[in-house]
Amino acid sequence: MTVLRTSNLTKHYGKVKALNGVDIEVRKGEVFGFIGPNGAGKSTTLRILLGILKATKGDAQIFGKDVWHDAVELHKRIAYVPGDVNLWPNLTGGEVIDLFVKMRGGSRTKKREELIHKFQFDPSKKCRSYSKGNRQKVALIAAFSSDADLYILDEPTSGLDPLMERVFQECVMEVKQEGKSVLLSSHILSEVERLCDRVAIIREGKIIETGSLAEMRHLTRTTLNVETKEPMPDLTGHDGVHNVEEKEGAYVFQVDSEKLDEVIAYISSFGVVKIESAPPTLEDLFMRHYEGTGAGGVV
Amino acid sequence: MIRHLYANTGLLSRLVLRQDRVRLPIWLLALIGATLLVVNAFATLYSSQPKRQSMADTMMNPAMTAMVGPAYGIENYTIGAMLAHQMLLFTAVVVGIMNILLITRHTRAEEEDGRVELVRALPSGKLSNVTAAITVISGANVLLGLLTALGLIAMGVDSIGVEGSFLYGLSLSATGIFFAGLTAVFAQLCETARSAIGWSMAVLLIAYMTRAIGDVSSEALSWTSPFGWIVRTETFVNNIWGPVLLTFGAGVVLIGLTFYLNSIRDVEAGFLPSKPGRKKASPLLLSRIGLPFRLQRTALISWAVGMLVLGASYGSVLGDLESYFSEIEIMQEMLAQVKGVSMTEQFLTMLMAVLAMISTIFPMMAVLKLKGEENKGRTEHVLGRAISRNRLLGSYLVLAVFFSFLMVSLSAIGLGGAGISVMEDGLSFSTFYNSAVVYLPAMWVMLSVCVLIIGWAPRLSGLAWLYLIYSFIVVYLGSLFQFEEWVEKLTPFGHIPDMPVEDVSWPVLAALTAIAVVVTTIGFIGYNKRDIHG
Ligand SMILES: Nc1ncnc2c1ncn2[C@@H]1O[C@H](COP(=O)(O)OP(=O)(O)OP(=O)(O)O)[C@@H](O)[C@H]1O
Ligand SMILES: [Mg+2]
Repeated sequence: MTVLRTSNLTKHYGKVKALNGVDIEVRKGEVFGFIGPNGAGKSTTLRILLGILKATKGDAQIFGKDVWHDAVELHKRIAYVPGDVNLWPNLTGGEVIDLFVKMRGGSRTKKREELIHKFQFDPSKKCRSYSKGNRQKVALIAAFSSDADLYILDEPTSGLDPLMERVFQECVMEVKQEGKSVLLSSHILSEVERLCDRVAIIREGKIIETGSLAEMRHLTRTTLNVETKEPMPDLTGHDGVHNVEEKEGAYVFQVDSEKLDEVIAYISSFGVVKIESAPPTLEDLFMRHYEGTGAGGVV
Repeated sequence: MIRHLYANTGLLSRLVLRQDRVRLPIWLLALIGATLLVVNAFATLYSSQPKRQSMADTMMNPAMTAMVGPAYGIENYTIGAMLAHQMLLFTAVVVGIMNILLITRHTRAEEEDGRVELVRALPSGKLSNVTAAITVISGANVLLGLLTALGLIAMGVDSIGVEGSFLYGLSLSATGIFFAGLTAVFAQLCETARSAIGWSMAVLLIAYMTRAIGDVSSEALSWTSPFGWIVRTETFVNNIWGPVLLTFGAGVVLIGLTFYLNSIRDVEAGFLPSKPGRKKASPLLLSRIGLPFRLQRTALISWAVGMLVLGASYGSVLGDLESYFSEIEIMQEMLAQVKGVSMTEQFLTMLMAVLAMISTIFPMMAVLKLKGEENKGRTEHVLGRAISRNRLLGSYLVLAVFFSFLMVSLSAIGLGGAGISVMEDGLSFSTFYNSAVVYLPAMWVMLSVCVLIIGWAPRLSGLAWLYLIYSFIVVYLGSLFQFEEWVEKLTPFGHIPDMPVEDVSWPVLAALTAIAVVVTTIGFIGYNKRDIHG
């Protein structure tokens, strides 16, 4: 069942084309990763989904309702954590958490105390004295202590330490088990790899890849580390082989997944002494897509 | 060592100039332009000695003294004397406000937004940022003074001599530098730009009022206020330089204090200690207008006290005014055009207009606060939850309307309370109160303009303030310059009946309220359609 769907979502800021026909679909009960280089349009997409920005063109629906017209109704079922968490300097963290929960129409719960404890957060300090990570904790505690059906999280962990990052991942797994859906934008690929069922990659306002990690791996390259009896002088020229490095008779290179069979047959003719293969990481995949983004730059 | 403290100040100064390359010229041009226009108007309207002398007579009363400072050179009231007597203080106040806004913008505001931290991490000194801001803004003050002086000289008016022109201009510079220093000190003490502005403005207001009360009743009190100093230069008549040097010296001391405070504190810290707060939100904060109210609570208290005191200090001169008018019967006959209305009552109408416009400042700030929240990226939290745009904007507006009522009432209570206690033939309290609240519809029109701007073009919020300043000039100086009728009708304040002299006109009040409602509605429509930027 589809929880969230956008079609041809387009956003122009004057002449700047921030989004250029974005299509994504999040299904019930899944964690959907949204990745892409800086300035690709992730935050813009999420803010349109929240009805804070108005799309220039295209259509976006959550739970079958329009994100712009039915914003208030929808927000009762959505929890959002923005990319930059800016808080009121003279309110305490505890006050802000309560305020956020109240604004969704909820009330203080036991979950709040649990999360405050889990995130090792001191709610009695004024927000001006919180570090970036602590400000994010305010937004995360407010989000996870509320009973939402969809969580929209924009780089929620960019300021958290590894321990807190793990607490965050537990929270996501927990809501997933309850059958809720999560849309997670992130630059931390290991996090995306661990949490997400499906991923979309956005670049320059366009989705260039969507699918499960398994599907995406299929499209990408496997790294091989091979030692042969005889040298392989023509390896570099072989179809589907990339980035060959030779070290003391050992070759490290990448092979397009669909050419794997041919390449293995080719190497074996040189007498394989040792062969190791590493599955493609999301990072490899990512780098391949990011390279040559020009203005957008590389992470 | 010293070099370490100030490294990269030059570069940072250029950055300040770059940020203000539009703002500064506008301030300077507006201030100089206004001064020269006034000279021109005076020279045209009061070209003959008898005309000037008759104006001099209207100046010789405690109320005028409270407003513009002690009269001098009255025996021979030249254009120069008129200019310095009636405009110097007024202009100096505006220069003070300019410095408060500009200095805060480049010190505490930069720091609050984390930009000073970025700069400090570069090879720049501890004091570089504050030095750059103070240098550039002080430079602007000096430039303002010199250009004003040159402009005055160039006008070629007989009674406006070279020495007097420089004294006039440099009085403005010195006042500017004083308030630059004062604001810089508050920028060290307070942790937010808003409270730095609040405290500095409060001191400016108090300085104005102690001078007003002092000029009327005790000269010693006036000497505690920088405005009290500046009106004692007796420019274009006696040209006394001492007060300017005093003001300048005090400014330098404040700047020194700023450097000291800046060097002993941490980046982004203030001196007012922060104690642990509530772990949970109170029911009040969670109510519908809880957040906007909480965000403005401190400012509200300061403004409430301020309006009460301002009203009371105007009220306290009413007694002197009354006895003064009764002493000079001839004048009473000359000026009392309306039968059955005392001079005091006529004067009251003018006072009420001024108080109403000052009472509008805080409610306008309360509406425009929403734009500040958006700039700081905090409305996203609200609109990202189950709060509609109408409810968000509505909560700010409802508060502002309540503030408008509160502020104008407090100023009337202060004025009436003090007035009744010092006047023998006292007016009734309801006279005071009614002639104040009658301004509410005009204040609501101003609020609706703020809503309109927030709805359609939040970047233009400066226009709302320009409109208020325009209203102030037209109403406050209108009779002096004898503007055309329509000029006065362009501001809602120009339409309000002058109670108690005139009767209340319900159709006018209803029409203004209707305009306010329509403009507000248009503003809400815009706010529901546009992108929210944070
Ligand atoms: N108010 C605005 N006016 C003009 N351009 C804008 C505005 N807001 C965003 N943009 C542009 O839209 C594009 C997308 O920005 P967005 O913030 O969505 O990127 P992002 O993918 O979230 O990047 P990051 O990973 O850095 O958070 C960028 O090129 C940005 O410069
Ligand atoms: Mg972003």
